[in-house]
Amino acid sequence: MASLDPMDNAWRPWRLLAPALSAIFLLLVVPVAFIVVYSFWLRTATGADIAGFHLDNWIEVLTDPFYRDIMGFTIWIAFATTVVCAVAGYVPAYFIATTQFKHKAFLLLLLMLPFWISYIIRTMSWINILGSSGIVNAALIWIGLTDEPIQMLYNQWTVIVGLVHFLLPFMILNIYVSLYGIDRNLVDAARSLGCTGWQAFREVTLPLSLPGLAAGSLLCFVLGAGTYITPLVLGGPTDAMFANLVFDAIITQLNWPLGSALSLVLLILLGCVVAVYNRFAGMGQIAKSFG
Amino acid sequence: MDTTKRYERLLERYRNGDLERRTFLGLLGAAAVTAGVTGLPVSKLTRHAMAAKPDQVRFDGWGGVVSEAFREHAFKAYTAKTGIEVVDGTFGGADEYISRVKASQPGEFNIAHLSGVFDYVRYHNLELSSELNEDNIPNLKNVITALQDVLRNVTGGTLSAVPYDYGTTSLAYNRKYISDDEMKEKGAKLLIDPAYKGKIGGWGEWKTRIWYGALQTDQNPNAIEDMDAVWDAIREHRDLALKYWASGAELMSLLAEEEIYVTEGWSGRIKALQDEGHDIGYYDPPGGLGWQECLFVLKGSPMEACEELLNFMLEPEVAIAVAEGQNYPPALDPTKVKLSDKVAALPAFDPTGTLSGLNFFDPPYWNSNEAEWSKTFGRVQKGY
Repeated sequence: MASLDPMDNAWRPWRLLAPALSAIFLLLVVPVAFIVVYSFWLRTATGADIAGFHLDNWIEVLTDPFYRDIMGFTIWIAFATTVVCAVAGYVPAYFIATTQFKHKAFLLLLLMLPFWISYIIRTMSWINILGSSGIVNAALIWIGLTDEPIQMLYNQWTVIVGLVHFLLPFMILNIYVSLYGIDRNLVDAARSLGCTGWQAFREVTLPLSLPGLAAGSLLCFVLGAGTYITPLVLGGPTDAMFANLVFDAIITQLNWPLGSALSLVLLILLGCVVAVYNRFAGMGQIAKSFG
Repeated sequence: MDTTKRYERLLERYRNGDLERRTFLGLLGAAAVTAGVTGLPVSKLTRHAMAAKPDQVRFDGWGGVVSEAFREHAFKAYTAKTGIEVVDGTFGGADEYISRVKASQPGEFNIAHLSGVFDYVRYHNLELSSELNEDNIPNLKNVITALQDVLRNVTGGTLSAVPYDYGTTSLAYNRKYISDDEMKEKGAKLLIDPAYKGKIGGWGEWKTRIWYGALQTDQNPNAIEDMDAVWDAIREHRDLALKYWASGAELMSLLAEEEIYVTEGWSGRIKALQDEGHDIGYYDPPGGLGWQECLFVLKGSPMEACEELLNFMLEPEVAIAVAEGQNYPPALDPTKVKLSDKVAALPAFDPTGTLSGLNFFDPPYWNSNEAEWSKTFGRVQKGY
């Protein structure tokens, strides 16, 4: 029998939420707390850490133009990737959402297929496609457009290509969910009122699909900005992103305190992006895509 | 009182009605949180590994053919004789591994196949070194003395590791595009020759880049006088390079696919490419870089068990099989142990056993500059 004690009822939501909150606390809050504490420590020349409250790492990260410039480059790469994903992802999402093909589930399965292959393998596959002896160069030489292989790999454009390859399914899924939820009668009504197909798309379909586009953009931007493998495999010597700095600090220089401060800066920046998105669009759209 | 006993008492109190269900579950939850946060499972493993007669010893190496050779020739025989299992782990690089060790409990990791004297000093400075009882490693007498001495100098005459193999990081070049004469004439400066812009590679590791920067500016890498000139040479190389490679596999791929024509490279990997039929030359320029690898026993390990395993791994047939597998000469002195013809044909092999022709990192010099140089290289590498 349900308790009549109002205090008991007041605590019921917390009791129900307790398992999830405990998991978040242990798996997210506690590790981040460790990182926050570490960011105020210092590293000695021998690699040992000095515990304490020192602001040196934060002052260095926030005032050194080196970190600011790499952050700028990271935002640029993430932004360019997001734009390319949005443009390239809308058409297949629209096709899947509107097709009369009876095996629509199969098309969605094809979309998920790349996730069955390791991200690193998928990234490295571009070496065999764009490399000096890759498929594209072999084709160009065979049809006589060039005598020598064209250097296409190891620059920021190949980093963007690798990231688009990785993130495009996230964008398509989000846009698809948004398009699938649009009432087709609205488009028919627009057409019956004299709109051309293009006008109906521009005035009805596109605005109603914007929440999905925004959710996909958020995911692509956040995942793109935090990437580490793609610039390492497909980038040139000067194409490092912010996550590569974290790797360098923690693994190469054994400077965990500085690495902690760097990772927190990235976390705060991406957290701000998510907060802005949540303020204007809400997180519900992303939940729908994965629901 | 151990944890199981505590739990049994708690359960008994609960069954007797001395403890409310809520309190009982609360205490269990608190215990779980404590265990999770303090790493109880890990500390249990630690006690396990530190036992006088352990059930297992953990060995971490580079994987691939090297680990295959260890498994086949050393670990199986060791387990058959002692009953101690060897847990065989791998790592991608020394930097990655030291981070794992730093985050672990003492005794969790036991023996590692580490690179060079530089890492030996790093582990010693982090108070991770042990002291081997050399009486338990009779095969140590067959190891090249010069390789042992540089380690003993670091740890006050004792050893925390046994030298195991050595090699060079010298210049590898594609003979289709670069002649042997041109390579001999230009040496390390070929890596900053604008004629090969976009076809030059390099290992993205700060020590190697600085070593070659010193050679390119005609300085002694172990006593650099003009560091600014070295950084400028590294920047010059960076701007001409297509890519910094990060692993032996990537080095081989870049050369084999003709993405790059010249780079510095590891002798064993270049030998493997040559064996596959690629026309890749390998040249030791004046002042070229030599290195050794060692089997390091970490502090907190079961020492006797580890020493016995090291002795197995220094058995000539094991060391030779590993050397043939990884294309690096073993640390065994050729004047004391008969080595195979295949080993004698490996690059960097020194039949005299003195290694007087090779140049190694001077540990005190390089370790004292590590913090500053590795950080600066991180910036130069990324365009600064």
